[in-house]
Amino acid sequence: MGEASKLSRYLYTVIVLFVIWIMLTASLDPQELEFGFIASLIIAAFTYPIFTTAGLSNLHPKKVAYAIAYIPYFLWAMIVANLDVAYRVLHPKRPIRPGIVKCRTVLRTDTGKLSLANSITLTPGTITLDVDGDEYFVHWIWVPDEALTDNEEEHVKVSSANITKPFEKFLKVIFG
Amino acid sequence: MNALSITGEVLVFIGTFFYFLSTLGLIRMPDVYNRMQTSTKSATLGSLGVIIGTGLWAVGKGYSPAWIVQTVIVATFLLLTNPISAHTLIRAAYKTGIPMWAGSVVDKYDEHLKAKAQAEEPEEEGDEE
Repeated sequence: MGEASKLSRYLYTVIVLFVIWIMLTASLDPQELEFGFIASLIIAAFTYPIFTTAGLSNLHPKKVAYAIAYIPYFLWAMIVANLDVAYRVLHPKRPIRPGIVKCRTVLRTDTGKLSLANSITLTPGTITLDVDGDEYFVHWIWVPDEALTDNEEEHVKVSSANITKPFEKFLKVIFG
Repeated sequence: MNALSITGEVLVFIGTFFYFLSTLGLIRMPDVYNRMQTSTKSATLGSLGVIIGTGLWAVGKGYSPAWIVQTVIVATFLLLTNPISAHTLIRAAYKTGIPMWAGSVVDKYDEHLKAKAQAEEPEEEGDEE
């Protein structure tokens, strides 16, 4: 995906900044809106080159719908993982089996990889240690038996299915 | 309106409970990596519960609805930035050579780094650990 035109990137930055402004002030007072709009226009002029490369295409309805659907999905995954780690902390025998595993991702864009790494880290029990190309190195608090094979491909397959796959189906559409 | 503030109070309570759990984990876990695991938990469900709970409680008590919108924004920014610091900390811990707990089962990153160092330049040794 090549870079979008300057205008589209600029407009996208303005829209995002303005939405954040509205939410931060949480008021629809015309004076507030006017000032926020002017401020967004000015700030976006300076920041759009580092803010986005895809521009308005980020606001494609399908992407927005997936992004909204991703929120409850992610929160649910986070709560489940939280309870899992809570169980490991409270259990008298402390059932942990940590290790650094290797996962592979299908995401191509940098933003997509960043959000995947963030999602992995936010889910308790897994922390992204490093990303190299399409390979993720993840510290995992409970490495299952199936991932403990000597076969490299098998290992990557199992750990990817457990760590990256659940998020990828959404992030693939949102960020590509 | 009161149901809202009760929900808020329950959320704050749940959040505090997860803060407690992550502190407990900080003491119980054997090495820095596993301690990081339990402390990211406090930042997610703990802070999320407390922040959103405060917003709901305030709206239920009759403060302006802006409270909930703004607390959601605060929570969003927290969720966006927290994992970056967690990732940086754990990576720094690994790069400075803090050993993993003896019970760790696998370390693919070490294999990867070694393979990479070998592939790059065999003559330049001594630089990396």
